[in-house]
Amino acid sequence: MTSAALLPLRWRTATVIARRPETPHVATLVLDVPGWPGHKAGQHVDLRLTAADGYEAQRSYSIASANDGTAVAITVERVADGEVSPFLLDDVRVSDDLELRGPIGGYFVWSLEDGNPLLLIAGGSGVAPMMSILRARAQALKPPAARLLYSSRDQASIIYRDELDGMTAATDGPRILYTLTRERPVVWSGALGRVDRVMLERIGFPPTDDPLAYVCGPTPFVEQVAADLVALGYAEERIRTERFGPTGAN
Amino acid sequence: MVITRGFSGRGRPAGQYSGRVPPGQHLVSDFPVLTAGPTPRTHLEHWSLSLRDAERDLTVLSWADFEALPQSEMTTDIHCVTKWTKLDTVWRGVTVDDLLKGAGLTNPPGRFVTAECDGGYTTNLPVADLIDGKAMVATHFGGDPLTPAHGGPARLLVPHLYFWKSAKWVRGLHFCDRDHPGFWESLGYHVYGDPWREQRYTGDA
Repeated sequence: MTSAALLPLRWRTATVIARRPETPHVATLVLDVPGWPGHKAGQHVDLRLTAADGYEAQRSYSIASANDGTAVAITVERVADGEVSPFLLDDVRVSDDLELRGPIGGYFVWSLEDGNPLLLIAGGSGVAPMMSILRARAQALKPPAARLLYSSRDQASIIYRDELDGMTAATDGPRILYTLTRERPVVWSGALGRVDRVMLERIGFPPTDDPLAYVCGPTPFVEQVAADLVALGYAEERIRTERFGPTGAN
Repeated sequence: MVITRGFSGRGRPAGQYSGRVPPGQHLVSDFPVLTAGPTPRTHLEHWSLSLRDAERDLTVLSWADFEALPQSEMTTDIHCVTKWTKLDTVWRGVTVDDLLKGAGLTNPPGRFVTAECDGGYTTNLPVADLIDGKAMVATHFGGDPLTPAHGGPARLLVPHLYFWKSAKWVRGLHFCDRDHPGFWESLGYHVYGDPWREQRYTGDA
């Protein structure tokens, strides 16, 4: 972390400048945060909502954008019966103000100096911090090799699909393998089923390349993938994980 | 205070719980897992717990040694810095008081502790927050052995501080006279972590 990041994190008032539906249950909010100090790919923000009587709710969201001036994008997935995500998806409009503080987190982060072949493994909306990493990587003149293994329920649930496919097509773009857990399309070039060792070997790097692996998704997904990577010979200290959601979620 | 347009807040805790939910937290009924890396799996025959001071091991307990110490139960609320609070969790383990007593120590051998864990995780705590029944090394949750994902076979339990202080897979308590920031404390999180004062990040009052 830079020393600036260790200064007190104060609440800032951000303005929603864009809303982008990503899938039927996911949208991206782009916020303009005056005075934003910049961030590393993989960091997150805390959002604070305050009701008229002073009641507050706070949640953390991964930053999905690369460091880009004062604009910060978060990607929000609807949590059924949730308090904050339905509000952000249904009620927040462009030009609304939201309070946030950040950037937060110095562990699940990537910057160009980290180099190395990058293996990113995402489950569902766990792709958000991976997008930040891929967008930061795309800005580099000589980006390290990168691969993304991305598990979704079905094709309609793949977040950032067009942008990811565009990245793949670019020179030095990442290799991407999608897998679907709840749909078997007639025409499909990706994988099917939950992430397993066969898929990890198909898309991953040999452990001898000393890859840096990032895994983000629901807890059972992260537990399984991290254990599989260790079994495949990845060094434990080169596997960075971030979990979200309840323990029983799939 | 910036009022969020249109936000009424339907997640507020019911009246009887409101005094038990620190600022910025919300109640959960499940038990989320947050860990910075793969889950270590230590077999009980290879497990040990050491108490150390600056110079030496004060005691090294095998699993059987640990199990032979007085077992205590604690029912408590826990608060994670990622905003969830879980009420009335039930733990079993050995209090830090009984660990010290078992090692023949009448006074803690330092003012601060660094908890050291499988996987390299560390966290720092004032000794005053570990003694007088405030903390234990827990091996059971809800009557069952702790699963590896929740820190099994043994984790620290310091329920009055944010839950990252309740280090999973604890293997050593290193007593010293100076406070050395641990893993998250070196990465922007608060050095003490009192949920009631909302000490989440470095610099929070």
